[in-house]
Amino acid sequence: MVSSVLKIALVYPELLGTYGDGGNGLVLAERVRRRGIAVELETVGINDQMPAASLYLLGGGEDGPQRLGADLLGRSSFASRVGDGSYVFAVCAGLQLLGTTFAVEGDDEYEGLGLVDARTSRGLRRSVGELVVRVDGRPLVGFENHGGVTTLGESLVPLGAVERGVGNDGVVDGFRTATIWASYAHGPLLAMNPWFADQILTTVLGEELEPLATVADRLYDERVATLT
Amino acid sequence: MLRPSLRHSVATGAVRAVNRLSRLLSLGSGTVIGGRVGLAIAPDLLKELARGRVVVLVSGTNGKTTTTAMIAAGWGGGVTTNATGSNMPEGHVAALAESRSSSVVLEVDEAWLGEVTRATKPRVVTLLNLSRDQLDRANEVRRIAERWRDVVASERETTYVANANDPLVVYAAELAREVEWCDVPTPWTTDAMSCPHCTQPLHFTVDSWWSECGFKKPDVLTSTLREQLTLGGQSYELHLGLPGEFNEVDAVMALTALCCLDVAVPDALATISALTTVAGRFSEVLWRGHHLRLLLAKNPAGFTAMLATLTTNDDDVWISINARLADGHDPSWLYDVPFEVLRGHRVYCFGDRRLDLAVRLDYARVAYVVVDDESPLPSSSGVVNLVANYTAFQEWREWSVPC
Ligand SMILES: [Zn+2]
Repeated sequence: MVSSVLKIALVYPELLGTYGDGGNGLVLAERVRRRGIAVELETVGINDQMPAASLYLLGGGEDGPQRLGADLLGRSSFASRVGDGSYVFAVCAGLQLLGTTFAVEGDDEYEGLGLVDARTSRGLRRSVGELVVRVDGRPLVGFENHGGVTTLGESLVPLGAVERGVGNDGVVDGFRTATIWASYAHGPLLAMNPWFADQILTTVLGEELEPLATVADRLYDERVATLT
Repeated sequence: MLRPSLRHSVATGAVRAVNRLSRLLSLGSGTVIGGRVGLAIAPDLLKELARGRVVVLVSGTNGKTTTTAMIAAGWGGGVTTNATGSNMPEGHVAALAESRSSSVVLEVDEAWLGEVTRATKPRVVTLLNLSRDQLDRANEVRRIAERWRDVVASERETTYVANANDPLVVYAAELAREVEWCDVPTPWTTDAMSCPHCTQPLHFTVDSWWSECGFKKPDVLTSTLREQLTLGGQSYELHLGLPGEFNEVDAVMALTALCCLDVAVPDALATISALTTVAGRFSEVLWRGHHLRLLLAKNPAGFTAMLATLTTNDDDVWISINARLADGHDPSWLYDVPFEVLRGHRVYCFGDRRLDLAVRLDYARVAYVVVDDESPLPSSSGVVNLVANYTAFQEWREWSVPC
């Protein structure tokens, strides 16, 4: 694996990148690079072909851009590439797009990519604030800002239990499959949770990573102490 | 039940009394609390106080305070303005209650523009720009653009001065009966990548933009800022006391608004050019032996513009970040700021969220120092630029002394 290049694709940041979501790509690429592994972080613009990549990143977006993002993704090779084994890390609107339906602009329902059995409807009120989710026994800390309520099909496993905030429905947040991680915690979620960034990288690379101490560990400890 | 006119004068008197008391007790300028008391007594007090005056409103994500100060300076005479920065109705009421001047210029929070426009019936409304800011409070930029569009469509007696290079502003202002388009540099278009009409991608070139559906940059431009300013067919050189292209843009928008009020441009330009600080911004202060220049930047567009002014040398930069109510509780926006341009500098991280900033800088491969209370700072020679977001900026103003 070390001899090859890990390719990460940041998908349509112009549409899906409302809350500094591009930060997740930066964090993943930098944490790989610092361990001496070659990595390429490619930005996929709305007029670009969907490139081959080991890991695709989807961010959050406003209603109109989210709808356009869903259209463009649906017409691209994204779904087939994911079907062929590429990984996806999605936050916020990106989470909603992966499911069967989502609601924007009032209560109009739109078809999602249908990669997982998750339906999103519009909640009674917007969920805005700190989000803490227990993932594999550890708190994942972030910030959510969305109007959706997401219901998972019976076979779909949530990312974790909500300890603070709302997530999908006040009980659980996001979902997790063999190749997809999704959370409502937007923006630099992986900057605040370096251990989770490394968990994703370990899975995608298929190898254990050397420990990497950065100031992000201190930020994580501070956020956990503040929020839990 | 008091008669309306009496209730208004009682309310106005209450605003003044509370403001005075608040100042006496050093509780701050008192503008918010005084205005709140007045509005509680007479909910339509803003409308009443604005009646018969020439009102100019200024709104947008960035540059409100500066543009408002420029219009007030360029207009001349006794202009009523909310210089304390309280830009919601209680602040407007407080400013209007304190002064009887017939010329009024108010900066208005983007979310309040509709209400304040309907109440004050302004002669001119200046629409600067719209971009992501405090999304945990304002939610989505496009919703603000929709609300502006509704106001513009209904308030037909107002002249709108609007940024032709910001598609969301054009979307908001295109239904105006009278609009003066300003062709000013607007580097931040990340929030307007898809067309507000048809959601298809917008196309941008160096000096234009358009959508497949026909929505495009306006053709008839009242003012243009290139090498020099062209306004009303005349050309002017801009040499401002305030630094940076973003201040030049604010000056052009202010001068275009002043043109609508029949103010002579050369005189107004001279006054505006003489400004060197606005509400403490760009002011030089002393703090524990350090000579600092205080710079305010609150959101990605503002920060991007500010960082561009700091990269002419490799001096240390101090940055202070909070995430309190007035800042927005969510500092995710730090990842929308291209901090990579600071490579080669060393950045000292201050504020409640200095660790968030440090992590951002670390991933950007920018040298940083997290400054905790006990951390020693290097002795600085010369002026150090300190960039702070909203509440952090207010703190540094309090902690330091002007020099
Ligand atoms: Zn269009």
